[in-house]
Amino acid sequence: MCIEFETPKPIAQQQYVLKTVAENMMRSVSREMDENEHAVPYGYIEFMHAAMKATGAGSLAPKSEKKEEDLNKPKRPPIGYQMLAHMLEMLSWGDVGMYLVTPGGGLGAAAVEAAATPEQKQKFLARFGEEKPTFAAMCMTEPGAGSDTSAIKTNAYLDEKTNEWVINGEKIFVTAGHKSMVPDECFGKGFIVVWASIDPSAGRAGMRGFVIEQGTPGATVTKLEHKMGIRASDTAAISLIDARVPYDHVLGNPTVEKQTEKGFKKAMATFDATRPLVAATGIGVARASLEFVKEKLAENGIEIRYGLPRNKLTSIERDVIDMEIMLRSSWLMVIKAVWMADNGKPNALESSMCKVKAGDVTTKITQKAVELMGPLGYSREFLLEKWFRDAKITDIYEGTGQINRLVVARQILGYSGRELR
Amino acid sequence: MYSFEPNEEQQMLLEAVGRFAANDLRPAGHDAEEEGTLPKKVVSKGWELGVLQASVPEAYGGFGERSAVTGVLALEEMAFGDLAGTLAVNVPSLFVTPILLVGSEEQKKEFIPPVIEMDWQPYTAALIEYALDFDPLELKTFAKAEGDGYILTGEKAFVPFAREAEAMLVYANLDGNTQGFIVPKTAAGLTVRSEAEKLMSLNALPTYRVSFEGVKVPKGNRLGGEAGHDFQPVLASMRLALAAMAVGVARAAFEYSRDYAKEREAFGVKIAQKQAIAFMLAEMATEIEAIRMLTWEAAWKMDTGAEDAFKDAYLAAVGAADMVMMVTDRAVQILGGYGYIREYPVEMWMRNGRGLATLVGLAIL
Ligand SMILES: Cc1cc2nc3c(=O)[nH]c(=O)nc-3n(C[C@H](O)[C@H](O)[C@H](O)COP(=O)(O)OP(=O)(O)OC[C@H]3O[C@@H](n4cnc5c(N)ncnc54)[C@H](O)[C@@H]3O)c2cc1C
Repeated sequence: MCIEFETPKPIAQQQYVLKTVAENMMRSVSREMDENEHAVPYGYIEFMHAAMKATGAGSLAPKSEKKEEDLNKPKRPPIGYQMLAHMLEMLSWGDVGMYLVTPGGGLGAAAVEAAATPEQKQKFLARFGEEKPTFAAMCMTEPGAGSDTSAIKTNAYLDEKTNEWVINGEKIFVTAGHKSMVPDECFGKGFIVVWASIDPSAGRAGMRGFVIEQGTPGATVTKLEHKMGIRASDTAAISLIDARVPYDHVLGNPTVEKQTEKGFKKAMATFDATRPLVAATGIGVARASLEFVKEKLAENGIEIRYGLPRNKLTSIERDVIDMEIMLRSSWLMVIKAVWMADNGKPNALESSMCKVKAGDVTTKITQKAVELMGPLGYSREFLLEKWFRDAKITDIYEGTGQINRLVVARQILGYSGRELR
Repeated sequence: MYSFEPNEEQQMLLEAVGRFAANDLRPAGHDAEEEGTLPKKVVSKGWELGVLQASVPEAYGGFGERSAVTGVLALEEMAFGDLAGTLAVNVPSLFVTPILLVGSEEQKKEFIPPVIEMDWQPYTAALIEYALDFDPLELKTFAKAEGDGYILTGEKAFVPFAREAEAMLVYANLDGNTQGFIVPKTAAGLTVRSEAEKLMSLNALPTYRVSFEGVKVPKGNRLGGEAGHDFQPVLASMRLALAAMAVGVARAAFEYSRDYAKEREAFGVKIAQKQAIAFMLAEMATEIEAIRMLTWEAAWKMDTGAEDAFKDAYLAAVGAADMVMMVTDRAVQILGGYGYIREYPVEMWMRNGRGLATLVGLAIL
């Protein structure tokens, strides 16, 4: 036990490598990817797949197998989530839209990791270590159910004759939905995790995640969204019409225990794990923007006089200092949240708190950066204007800023969802 | 490694300081502010916790090692009880810590033990000057080398316990550098105003204007000895102290208003059940945590001698000043009209909060 802020060696080494990737494989094509929405960065995808396969980094998948092998080695504190947060921050510093098309299962694999049985994990996650890069996605949002996830209408019933689940509904805004569900000869066969109700009368207790494999009849990508930013990332609408999956594709326990909200809690557990990671991606974009600002200020001979009393600073100095404070403090909150996850400490509060902070900080820093840079900020000649567009999503997905404030407020007040909605 | 858990020793200290803050400082704080004095026995009790003593090595009369991280933890916890009380308890640190940080070996041996081995005594320091462009790095109190010593000329403000202090560290501008000078209360030319300063808060902490008219200081009393000292580590430790206390005051205001919001009803529900209130509380908790992390990291960097430690201490202090203002302002807002009434503590915390941007030099860790 102690208070320490030393980046663990393996993470520092990984950061060094990832920075090169971010500079040479991401920044170099960033603008091109932004201008050609839905173009696929095959080079980056192939490279990351090979690299992650070689090192085991970046994927949530192989963790459960590895643990047992390591039993004899001297025990070091686990740093898996910390490593992931650093990795995502650095890749997003490169290009957050491209980071979102990193193979390895993304939110789909995270949902399996959070809700599945060990056999299911083996069955669904093994593919990410195979020859071709493979994608998975997570489908919660529907046209009538965004923040209010309890309002989802997608349903699943068991066809007892065939012992198959039959799923009907409409899912939207699915990150990597296209890459997961539409065959591409360069990619392995992906899947989506669809959250659906097996007992609408049971409310949240009836919610379960279902794995739907690419190629399942009735599961179709119907639309690709055009977006303000993160254009390299595909955002798909998926319609489910009598889509049939085998019985064991329901994640976890299929019996509905009324009163408990277990099914829903599993979905929410995914978010405890992924919110700090999403926060990290936003912080990567913010850091890129702040570094750009400082570089341009330095080129123009404008120095930031740290240490001066505030009432003696120029307006630009105050802005930059405030941006630094926001950036560093939000990053430290992310690190604390993932450190807790690594050490098995419940971190629902810290997870949502760092997402609230990162959502704010990322938008504020990028907005201020564009303002400070004048015409240079608004021009598409530099990437800053793109980072401003990319940044905003941080405060929207994985729970909007408001929803995460609700989660934080409930935690600090000891309120249930019913007491504070 | 990253790690966010105080070690065992720190936890023990935190528990002791926490008890003192809750059982002694907090109950005394309100009346102390109204009456303008803090009971001496509360101050003595705080001193006996040994926060400062534990940061001084045995060779100089203490029983530990200085750690900025421990200092930050302890000051946050104490300020959670009461800010004026925390400042009063820690006044001797204003004299001892800079000597410990940048003093010469002789100075450490001569000046630290008499303070550290005794009951609480008012040894203090003078940094602030009464000018809107006050800058610790561009002081208007000047020191001039003359003969085998220095001559100090100028005026200091907000000097805690100056009237009773046996000796004080006076910061002055020597050829453009801020340097400390150890000045006994008997020095000729040193005048402490008879009336205490009147500030927006901190009524329980007696502070004074002190003037220096050609005060002679022997060579050996220049902090650091003949070669003087680097002022940066001293200033950074002052800033960290402010940041830590800001977190403590903010936490006090946050917890009080959170509990109040769970009791108070309006329109048929607890006000905490209204998002407008709940979101304010969520943001208060978030900002407190953000600045606490920034302060911890800056302190850790000080302890490990990181290159950018001084800059980070500055950032932590600047961020903390904003944070504590935001949090204490909202706490008053959450209590509504009651927030504005002096019977409730939140308005005092709001007045305390604004001070933390200004009061550099009133605490050090
Ligand atoms: C690019 C992109 C990628 C996405 N990827 C995925 C994905 O991979 N998988 C997936 O399932 N979803 C995904 N989403 C969906 C995303 O999570 C939702 O858009 C988000 O949760 C908000 O839902 P909504 O859009 O329906 O907004 P709404 O829920 O309609 O919210 C509108 C506004 O009301 C506020 N609000 C809502 N409820 C409350 C409340 N109780 N209190 C206070 N304010 C409230 C919100 O904060 C927001 O400001 C993605 C979205 C985008 C844009």
